[in-house]
Amino acid sequence: MIRIEPREKISNSSTIFIPIIAAIVSLLFAAIPIISAGANPLIAYVEMAKGVFGSVFAVSEMLTRATPLIFTGLAAAIAFRAKLWNIGAEGQLYLGAIAAVTVGSGFFDLPAIFLLPLIIVLGACAGAVGMVAPTYLKVRFGADEVVTTLLLNFIIIIFLQMLLEGPLQDPMGLGWPQSAPILDQGMFPPLIDRMRVHSGLILAVILAVIAHFMIKHSVWGFKLRAVGENSSAAKHAGININRSLFGVALLSGGLAGLAGVSEVAGLKGYLTADLSPGFGYAGIVVAMLAGLSPIGVIIASVFIASVFVGADSMSRAMGISSFLADLVVSVSLLCVLVGGFIARFKIVRAGTGTRFYD
Amino acid sequence: MIDILNILLTDSFWAASLRIATPLIFGVLGALICERSGTLNLGIEGIFVVGAMCGWMATWLGAGLWGGILVAFLCGAFFGLIHALLTVPLGLSQHVSGLGITLFATSISYFTYRTALPDVSSPPRIEPFQPLDIPILSDLPFIGLVLFQQTALTWLALIMVLLVWYVLNRTNLGLAIKAVGDNPNSVDAQGLSVYAIRMWAIVIGSALMALGGAFLTMSAFDAFFFGMVNGRGWVCIALVIFASWRPGKALIGALLFGAFDALQVRLQTEMGALVPGQVFLMAPYVLSIVALVIAARSADYPRALLTPWYKGQR
Repeated sequence: MIRIEPREKISNSSTIFIPIIAAIVSLLFAAIPIISAGANPLIAYVEMAKGVFGSVFAVSEMLTRATPLIFTGLAAAIAFRAKLWNIGAEGQLYLGAIAAVTVGSGFFDLPAIFLLPLIIVLGACAGAVGMVAPTYLKVRFGADEVVTTLLLNFIIIIFLQMLLEGPLQDPMGLGWPQSAPILDQGMFPPLIDRMRVHSGLILAVILAVIAHFMIKHSVWGFKLRAVGENSSAAKHAGININRSLFGVALLSGGLAGLAGVSEVAGLKGYLTADLSPGFGYAGIVVAMLAGLSPIGVIIASVFIASVFVGADSMSRAMGISSFLADLVVSVSLLCVLVGGFIARFKIVRAGTGTRFYD
Repeated sequence: MIDILNILLTDSFWAASLRIATPLIFGVLGALICERSGTLNLGIEGIFVVGAMCGWMATWLGAGLWGGILVAFLCGAFFGLIHALLTVPLGLSQHVSGLGITLFATSISYFTYRTALPDVSSPPRIEPFQPLDIPILSDLPFIGLVLFQQTALTWLALIMVLLVWYVLNRTNLGLAIKAVGDNPNSVDAQGLSVYAIRMWAIVIGSALMALGGAFLTMSAFDAFFFGMVNGRGWVCIALVIFASWRPGKALIGALLFGAFDALQVRLQTEMGALVPGQVFLMAPYVLSIVALVIAARSADYPRALLTPWYKGQR
């Protein structure tokens, strides 16, 4: 007989190595679908690597893709730390984007030094608004936030389609369901000339660093961890749980809203209903790979973005469906979950371990 | 108001309601079995996609309609087994594992579809399940169209409601399933395997979810599209709470949802000039949230839901 026992403490090295091993395993797993599609996996891996690191342009594309993932990854990481299951980053991203094009496409004709900050702040607020209803319904009625945030994603996207065929539609857009473009002075400045990577990336990294210090070294971070790890003990310690939850929810929604702002005001310039290819959901994977650590979110975003950009470029070169990227991303989530199990527990043969429980 | 009354009195409206409710009936029953045994299965959305893709593809490859249904059932069971392994013996986060299953199942279905059919713009069609044509019964006024001209899958869903109700409430197996969801230690004390009962419940529940997906491609439509599941799985998770984990109420919840959806489609055509169509498209999701909120406060959750159980640890 074998039995499973919890370890006394999780080693530091395992929190770093497990996501790395999960990432490698998920990339190796990709060989199965590549072979079944009739291609040589080694050539496919080389194509993927070339697509991500082959040129300055490739790296710029990868960092461009990583930018929204850092925002949605932070959104998920902060919420999940408080055991608030915000699965609505996709919808909150669109709320942020809606706010950005609403104020940014000519409503206020301000100089860049005012307009861009205004877009950022209002976009974050709009994303935060997306978490108000689910959190209120959870606190007041006990309605599961997983379901409400998930369903809100669909509601918000339909709402967006309505706006894009109505008040937000670009009058110069020949009837396409797209918004008017954001004014030039409302756009994130590019980081490198003639490349798409933009200063939204800097904002994302700064916020990740701030989040790291807030979680590690502030009273708020302590409360966040207390609420997530043991809410009844936190209550006894005098923490107002509902207020903490609302704070976390607003922050999480705001960060997801910024993903929408950075996509629309950093990359696309105008808003369409297919702005995000699932950045909100990928953010959950990013957060889990990062072990819910904000600095880890940056690294995990780079990995996930590399998978997406690499698979895109491999897909163009070899004709393998780029859904391969989604497959790798989902497998990495399942792997890191199992890895977390291996870190927390050890398998002992009955009779050799402690017989405490028998 | 008169318009709504007129709609409610037509037999085609009620026939559409039952048709729209069918995949939800499968989904809610599947989620209900999982949750009654103590496990939340957020893999449902992806398992719907797998059922829709595999059932359709098997039929398209020549397995026949019922062969396709069997394939969908087995594929759903397979993804359920992964979720079961991760959440029951390993006791990992049911939320994260379920979302992982949804992402995995969806992407593998899309990848397989794209790999099998690289360059098609309009997907190949199959000959889907046809409405039943029962002598005399199908010709009855009103009831004939509503009940007896549905496809066999709708009938299968209704039979499943009875079967799940019977198993849960009238058999020892049902007693054991409910007990592992409420108080696993008591089941363990009787010498039954908590692991086995929970895992089988997830596997069977997931297989039922896949049938809901298969209904979409093999009865409601005749082809597979990206994004065709469109949140139906998540709606089922809300409906289970609305149904307070009872098969009969689950049927009522699914039917209410179906009726509401059928009504919004009809109102959309009648009032489309006055209100943007998207308002009606949003309505079913809003309704699901409302149903969840109404039911949440008095919800009698299975007591061990979301709580992993390890043998030998109390």
